[in-house]
Amino acid sequence: MLDDFMVRAFLAGLGLALVSAPLGCFVVWRRMAYFGDATAHAAMLGVALSLAIEADVFFGALIFAIIMAWLTTQLSGRNYAMDTLLGVFSHSFLAVGLVIVSFISGVRIDLMAYLFGDILAVSKSDLGVIWVGTLVVLGLIIWRWTPLFLTTLNEELSYASGFNPKREQLFLTVALGITVAVSIKVVGVLLITAMLIIPAASARNIARDPEMMVLVAGVVSCISVILGLRSSYVFDTPPGPTIVCVALAIFIVLNLINTLRRLKL
Amino acid sequence: MKRLSSKHEAFATLAQVWPSFAMKLITIDSLTVAYSGVVALKNVSFTIDAGEIVTIVGPNGSGKTSLLKAVIGAVIPQEGNVDVKSGLKIGYVPQRLNLDPTLPISVGRFMKLSENVSKKECQRALEQADVAEIMTKQMSELSGGQLQRVLLAKALLGSPEMLLLDEATQGLDQPGAAEFYKQIEKLREETGCAILMISHDLHVVMSASDRVICLNGHICCSGTPQAVAATPEYKELFGADTDGALALYRHNHDHKHDHNDKNPTNSNEATH
Repeated sequence: MLDDFMVRAFLAGLGLALVSAPLGCFVVWRRMAYFGDATAHAAMLGVALSLAIEADVFFGALIFAIIMAWLTTQLSGRNYAMDTLLGVFSHSFLAVGLVIVSFISGVRIDLMAYLFGDILAVSKSDLGVIWVGTLVVLGLIIWRWTPLFLTTLNEELSYASGFNPKREQLFLTVALGITVAVSIKVVGVLLITAMLIIPAASARNIARDPEMMVLVAGVVSCISVILGLRSSYVFDTPPGPTIVCVALAIFIVLNLINTLRRLKL
Repeated sequence: MKRLSSKHEAFATLAQVWPSFAMKLITIDSLTVAYSGVVALKNVSFTIDAGEIVTIVGPNGSGKTSLLKAVIGAVIPQEGNVDVKSGLKIGYVPQRLNLDPTLPISVGRFMKLSENVSKKECQRALEQADVAEIMTKQMSELSGGQLQRVLLAKALLGSPEMLLLDEATQGLDQPGAAEFYKQIEKLREETGCAILMISHDLHVVMSASDRVICLNGHICCSGTPQAVAATPEYKELFGADTDGALALYRHNHDHKHDHNDKNPTNSNEATH
């Protein structure tokens, strides 16, 4: 079964859908959208360096994603505003990464695959990495759900309840790093944030409590992956962007329904 | 409730007669807090007794938040220490929540976060905080006053011996804030729990306090609300325009109008 590239693509996409839904909710709740973007861009430098030393791309991306996430949480509030810092780091990491890649002969063709993903080229071992990453992040979020959630609402409240918000922040940073590294093959560094944010934002129209929002976001993600892959096959369009387009369509439909429902009331 | 109230009264009387009898909930001893070399608090010492209402006032940047963080263990002191009675249950009422509009959560679900409590206990805490009817409402739909009371109700779960309030009335107008402080006073009467609050909300906050500590990096002065308001340190810190600060206090505790009030149109009148 795993010998069929389409089956591998579906499984890889579903892995991404499951990991991006809960993390995406936190990204939206904590207004970290730009943070997700920056982490993803930084991962490109990791990809480039991995290609240069012929190491595993996944771990290169993972390390740089986590370094970036850690750097920005450490440095914010010192001399520059958070968004300025993120802007400086994320785009320079991306630029340096692209320059490094240009020095390596033979990988010029691969560049698009890392920027926009190449889900149809997912190998069996990639699939293993994606699912291990997915299960680790899901486990982490289920295990730390209450403290992560309390920390999102108020750090001191989290302290007073006996948790350590700094540690929870670290968990979230690691989870984001893993998610970015896992997603590179599927949607690429430029579209990862879309998969984090669009399903979560769509789910907000229906959900009345946080757990429900995560579940709905998961369903939206899975539908986007399945319909997106199917459409890309039928219309011969690039799969990563097509998945994001389907997610966008769901976002628009759910918002329209929500608006109509409110107008009637 | 009656029983608890008399217990608290007995306690207060005993504490008056024999001050060292009063159980110290928190003892802060020459506390110094600094962030990368910048000193936020220097040599601060005070204690909080059972059943006491202590208010800490100070301008922005006076170290109020650092003090509170030291009490809940969120910052490690440079020098000195914060000694919390072992097993002390503290209810923390934050200033506000980072409640993004994209975050759906009902009042009932919020109450159950991190505490293993039944629906009945949640309902009781909400009643104590005077917001009994909003269990199923979304947090984002609440008014400022309701939200503040829900935060208070959450802190009341598990019957704390001490409540910690961080600028709890910041989002409220003056009548709303006065109303909230009355609620706090009532809670102390009912449960006998000690209250440590932090505020820069001078015109109303002092009314309900047994003791006021005026903070500006160090303790400038402390004592009863009247005594503090009369000190030159206090006047220097908050300016001469502090005439209204005690109006509500007089009103609450003497139950008569002070016709000699220099400022009869003071907005404290609105809290009748």
